[in-house]
Amino acid sequence: MDTCLNNSLSRLLIGFLAMATVGLSAVRAQAPSTCLDCHGALDPPLQVTPAQFAQDIHSQKGLTCANCHGGDPTKADMDAMSKAAGFRGKIERKQIPELCGHCHSDGAFMRKYNPSLRTDQLAQYKTSVHGKRLAQGDSKVAVCIDCHGVHDLRPANDLRSKVSPLNVAQTCSRCHSDAKYMQGYGIATDQYAKYSASVHHDAMTVRGDLSAPTCSTCHGNHGAAPPGTDSVKNVCATCHVFQALMYDKSTHKVAFQSIGLPGCVVCHSNHDVTHPTDAKLGTGPEAVCMRCHKPGDVCDQARAEMLADLKQLDGAVRAADSTLATAESSGMEVSEARIEQDQARDSLTKARVAIHSFQTPLVEQDIEAGLKIAAKTQTEARAALAERDRRRRGLGLSLGIIIMVLLGLRLYIRQIEGNSGKVNTAI
Amino acid sequence: MFASLRQWIDERFDWAALIAPLREKAVPTHSLSYWYFLGGITLFLFGIQVCTGILLLLYYRPSANEAFESVQYIMTRVQFGWLVRSIHSWAANLMIFTAFCHMFSVLFLGAYRKPREITWITGMLLLFLAMGFGFSGYLLPWNTLAFFATKVGTEITGQVPVVGHSLMVFLRGGEDVTGATLTRFFGFHVALLPGLTTLLLLGHIALVQYFGMSVPPGVEARRKAFPGEAREMKFFPNFFLRELMAWYIALGALGALAAILPWELGAKADPFAPAPAGIRPEWYFMFMFQTLKKIPAKLWFADGEVVGILVFGLAGLVWLLLPFFDQAAGKRGRKLILGAGIFALSYIVAMTIYGYMSK
Repeated sequence: MDTCLNNSLSRLLIGFLAMATVGLSAVRAQAPSTCLDCHGALDPPLQVTPAQFAQDIHSQKGLTCANCHGGDPTKADMDAMSKAAGFRGKIERKQIPELCGHCHSDGAFMRKYNPSLRTDQLAQYKTSVHGKRLAQGDSKVAVCIDCHGVHDLRPANDLRSKVSPLNVAQTCSRCHSDAKYMQGYGIATDQYAKYSASVHHDAMTVRGDLSAPTCSTCHGNHGAAPPGTDSVKNVCATCHVFQALMYDKSTHKVAFQSIGLPGCVVCHSNHDVTHPTDAKLGTGPEAVCMRCHKPGDVCDQARAEMLADLKQLDGAVRAADSTLATAESSGMEVSEARIEQDQARDSLTKARVAIHSFQTPLVEQDIEAGLKIAAKTQTEARAALAERDRRRRGLGLSLGIIIMVLLGLRLYIRQIEGNSGKVNTAI
Repeated sequence: MFASLRQWIDERFDWAALIAPLREKAVPTHSLSYWYFLGGITLFLFGIQVCTGILLLLYYRPSANEAFESVQYIMTRVQFGWLVRSIHSWAANLMIFTAFCHMFSVLFLGAYRKPREITWITGMLLLFLAMGFGFSGYLLPWNTLAFFATKVGTEITGQVPVVGHSLMVFLRGGEDVTGATLTRFFGFHVALLPGLTTLLLLGHIALVQYFGMSVPPGVEARRKAFPGEAREMKFFPNFFLRELMAWYIALGALGALAAILPWELGAKADPFAPAPAGIRPEWYFMFMFQTLKKIPAKLWFADGEVVGILVFGLAGLVWLLLPFFDQAAGKRGRKLILGAGIFALSYIVAMTIYGYMSK
């Protein structure tokens, strides 16, 4: 009862303080602030330079130090930081989510600054592993400022922000890759190293695709938690829609669920998802089917059949590509065949997606469509090469005729000039 | 058969009298006579352009939605369409090349001198028109390179002081390069420019016929000193047959280029796509493009690009009126013009190579 009362009182106090400071800020937004005069000259961690604070989104929106820390920044001496002036000093870690949430959970207040910004961060945070453990008194877990920074906080769409898609993984890794810091939590610390080698990381950093998955895409951001065994497929399906649809049709779905295997992760792993190749269907070191299946069983036969199909279409597409490239380098116009060839490649991609159904007829449907197109483009490419050869033969013939005409003209000139005496007659 | 045809014509038009001036016309013969062929080769290539252009017109559609596809259709579906389009593109470039060579040969051999000033002016105007043909024709396939090169080219026009913006809007048919620009350029390419070119070409040829071939000053002096050494050949058939041989060689070169290096079509223009790297104009505009690229943004108090455009405009005008400067400057005029010619040729060649070498 006492704990409950204390909690309620402390929340009331925080709420009151925050409201008071925010309310005051409206009046003081334009008033001179003396905080940075001293804190700009102090050593870290008390140092906050004017240049640093000028980068902060809150500062840019007119909020001041007093909005979070209280006090009276208009006073020039230590009175600015007196309890009488409402100074709160350094905010305790466990109070930070509530302090931030005081404004960020207030839809009416946030609308004045950024109407499109969500206001459920605090509510989500409370459902996260971080939030739950903080509530249990574990102050090591991440709070708002650990991810977003403090005093130089930038909006997430600023590429320099710690929570911009490009930087999220690194931000998470500051704690999650620190084996010493993570001691006692019983979770691995190699996620970032694995993610850095993944196809998702490549897409994000090499291709610059900011929509590529990073930690928060799969785990959530404010409500961060590991996806459960049952929800892994749904997490992957937010992007890989068609693979998920095919997987729903497969026998693996029920089989995996019944023995508690986490769907996609079984074959593709989680943090170190590499670029999938057809070799996954094979029997070599990259193969995944044979980890569970026995050689020669029905599934192994289906696997071999699907792999052979994929190889056939891949080979046909490559062969047509090669012939088209030769035709193109000879100056032949094959852009229409190139467009058709894209459709053959699409069929190959579709077939690779259909693999997730583990039903050979579904895979063969796309393989047949692709083979038909690849055969057509191969024919068109060969026709272009044959046309190139025809043109060259035509050129040879034409040049032969032209040379004959030139020789004839030369002979004729010699003949007429021979008949009429010298060509260059004296004037 | 030819005899009866000849008789049929003779009975009606007196063929012998008709071609008598041609039979009487003579061409001076000396060590530099080969330069006389350049004008004829340029004329032959122009003829090729007219013929292939008419054939292309049968299938080409001048709209942003259909231009690229129609050229693609010509190249892939129409019988010998690839040959016609390739020859049209190659002959255009060769024609401008031979026209430039012709202009410089006339300059260095002093053929612009009195009484051939007007012949020089009509020739220079024809060269400008040929460049106009090149600029307007380049956009017609509506491919990416052409689209952005036209955008850059017309933007440069927009920098001309006072009238620049209006001129750019007139050329583009609006503020930006769109389907309206394509239709407009097509109009210039197949109606306005051919009309003007035909008139000027007839005038140029008539003047060449009227004044006859010019003899270079050095050769002329020698001829005066040693009249017995002066030689000439009949225009018809002796010179004409030689010219015909040059045309056949040009035709062979054109056919070889079209068959071995067919003119590329590229990708269809996408006005919303970012400009690809390395946008360049056609080679004959490269020296001007490279100069404008390298000119400092500010020259004293003026905009560098504007100064560059004004200098090129002025240089073009001076070049057009070159024969009159020769006369005005007296004996020193010839040397001055020779120097200017060597400088201009070196500058054009150097800046063109620099343009292609630099990224």
